Amino acid sequence: MNRVLRERLISIINRIPLHVAVIGLCLIWILPTLGLLITSFRPQQAVNETGWWEVVKSQEPTSTAYQTYCTDCHGANLSAVPSIDLGASDVVSGFTNTRRLAVTFNREYNGAVHIPEDQRPDDESLREILDYLRIESGAIKMPPRFTVNNYKDVMVGYDARGGTYDQACEEEGPTPTRSCDFWEDATRSDAIFKGVLNSFAVSIPSTILPILLAGFAAYAFAWLDFRGRKVMFALLVGLQIVPLQMTLVPVFRLYADLGLNGSFLGVWLFHTGFGLPYAIYLMRNFIAGLPREIVESAYLDGAGHWRVFRVIIMPLALPAIAALSIFQFMWVWNDLLVALIFLGNKAPVLTYQLSQLMDSLGGGWHRMTAAAFISMAIPLAVFLLFQRYFVRGLLSGSVKG
Amino acid sequence: MKTTTPAVMRQKWWTAWMYLAPALALLIIFVLFPTLRTVYLSLRSSDTTQWASEQCRAGETCWGLLENYRQALTTDQATTALQNTALWLVVMVPGTVILGLLFAVLTDRVRYESLAKSIIFAPMAISFVGASIIWRFVYNPDPDIGSLNALLGVIGIGPQTWLATDPPFNSMLLIVVGMWVWTGFTMTIISAALKGIPTEIIEASRVDGANEWQVFTHVMLPQLVPTLAVVGTTMTINTLKIFDIVWVMKGIKTDVLATRMISELYLFRNNGLSAALAVILIILIIPVMYYNIRQFNIQEAAR
Ligand code: HEC
Repeated sequence: MNRVLRERLISIINRIPLHVAVIGLCLIWILPTLGLLITSFRPQQAVNETGWWEVVKSQEPTSTAYQTYCTDCHGANLSAVPSIDLGASDVVSGFTNTRRLAVTFNREYNGAVHIPEDQRPDDESLREILDYLRIESGAIKMPPRFTVNNYKDVMVGYDARGGTYDQACEEEGPTPTRSCDFWEDATRSDAIFKGVLNSFAVSIPSTILPILLAGFAAYAFAWLDFRGRKVMFALLVGLQIVPLQMTLVPVFRLYADLGLNGSFLGVWLFHTGFGLPYAIYLMRNFIAGLPREIVESAYLDGAGHWRVFRVIIMPLALPAIAALSIFQFMWVWNDLLVALIFLGNKAPVLTYQLSQLMDSLGGGWHRMTAAAFISMAIPLAVFLLFQRYFVRGLLSGSVKG
Repeated sequence: MKTTTPAVMRQKWWTAWMYLAPALALLIIFVLFPTLRTVYLSLRSSDTTQWASEQCRAGETCWGLLENYRQALTTDQATTALQNTALWLVVMVPGTVILGLLFAVLTDRVRYESLAKSIIFAPMAISFVGASIIWRFVYNPDPDIGSLNALLGVIGIGPQTWLATDPPFNSMLLIVVGMWVWTGFTMTIISAALKGIPTEIIEASRVDGANEWQVFTHVMLPQLVPTLAVVGTTMTINTLKIFDIVWVMKGIKTDVLATRMISELYLFRNNGLSAALAVILIILIIPVMYYNIRQFNIQEAAR
């Protein structure tokens, strides 16, 4: 073999463990999220009966297991035993899971055990039998592999044990807690769609306000002279260490006096106050690094501070503003603590709704996963779109409360 | 601070204050004043109407004015929280730093680096609540739902009710979630530092016949030490403040400092004790932060 080729080959083989390690670790990292995503698109029945990793398995139920274990008595036509017709949909729909069906095997009919223990089907076959009976009897239509019903249900906050929002509206029609008008139901307080709206209502002003105010302050720190400038900036850097927890109790009591608990304004102001030390620190370092000549020549042209700030400094500071906005937005969007204490159920944001759902496991995993994914979709999209700025913000080195 | 106003720019004495006023006002109202007030409240009774010392009853141990601190440090619940916080620190900080280093070094050598890094970093973008749900799903006891039990089922280990296991094991399961989230952070910072090491040094030692492991331990690692220190201390602070994961996952006796603090405030309305816990938290943070800022400044100066 050609020597060059051989060396290439050896180096490729040498690198195999590296690739295995990297890809393996990435898989470990992504699988939990992937499981959640897949589950959120599966119908309830499937979620309860098989793991998400079995989603690729064939669904078509076969009659083999039934033939091995049951045909002897119940017959190929399902109705050989006179007193019970396994082909009747009302009989089969009573067996909502495999355990219910397995229970009947212990019963005694005419003095003999239904099926002796050593002749019973194992779990896998039992599931196959039940699926077969369901389809044959028409108790259940073959459920689709994937569905968007879970998303629809959580968007309107529908959490009844069985069925979906669409089915309930079709069969029962409107009730006092459900108008069956999608957008009307979606704006009730336990609907996830409402949570999305609330989360935006909290996050957007809580992002714009601190950055705006930080911009003003940073301009003063970077380009203006005033007494105590150094001391104040040092103090500001120091304030970054104050953990959120440290300020909750007094602000909570202050808000109680002012009646601001449960209001958006209260949360905006709190997030603003709390985001300021880091925002000012970052902005001032960026603005102070801008070339002096630009500012000076603008001033010589007759521009005042306000004009310099608006027309020159702010546009030039856009990279810093972008990094900060993304940081602050994600931080506020993902926050549970502040939302829990200051908003609670008065204006439930997504994180709060999720933690509540989690406590009650309301609606089961098929909906829980859909709700979780809705809450993750927006920050994930922001992250993927603006990854560059996000990482830059991280690297400009500081920690957030 | 190097920059000052260009000499040609005139300003009135109040110009600067106009720019500062809104930010300063909010800072004072929401950060400075509450911080001081929390210190004060930590010395008051649970409903804050009297001094903590006035709650002392004869014949019972009492630390007088510091009674809330006694309750925050010596009761059973408190020791659980302190022990768990310590466990979090001991496992999570080295764990995330080592994993982050591993990822940074490994991904540095493959062509799909940015994709791999995005995957590792993505959990940072989602909320801790979202992460908790993802992992409660993984830990679900039903092997037809929880992937961990399904996986262990393959090698013949029966299903476990993971989150109901005994402490401290259940806390370890929560720490896994924390590491899953935070490793992306440590990786990003370490990776940036790794890229900063001049390639000539690395190449030179390779030419000298060092194998990859030697290059790593003798050349890269010494260069990375300052970064690792900063990342480690930052992670220490982040870990001390950990709240959401523990709050949402709800194990038995998995409380940490921050969740105890919120329980006292939110569920039991014990303002004094809650404030004392917050003060303990910041007292633990200050030295770490001090070290962190110093390290950072040394690094900046070295550049
Ligand atoms: C040994 C013969 C025999 C076999 C094998 C057998 N069955 Fe049955 N099964 C019966 C008889 C007899 C009855 C009716 C008893 C009655 O209600 O009088 C019955 C009743 C039932 C019922 C109704 C139970 C109730 O109380 O509602 C179900 C469901 C059923 N069988 C399912 C199965 C399935 C599934 C299998 C295969 C795994 C199976 N059987 C195998 C004899 C058998």
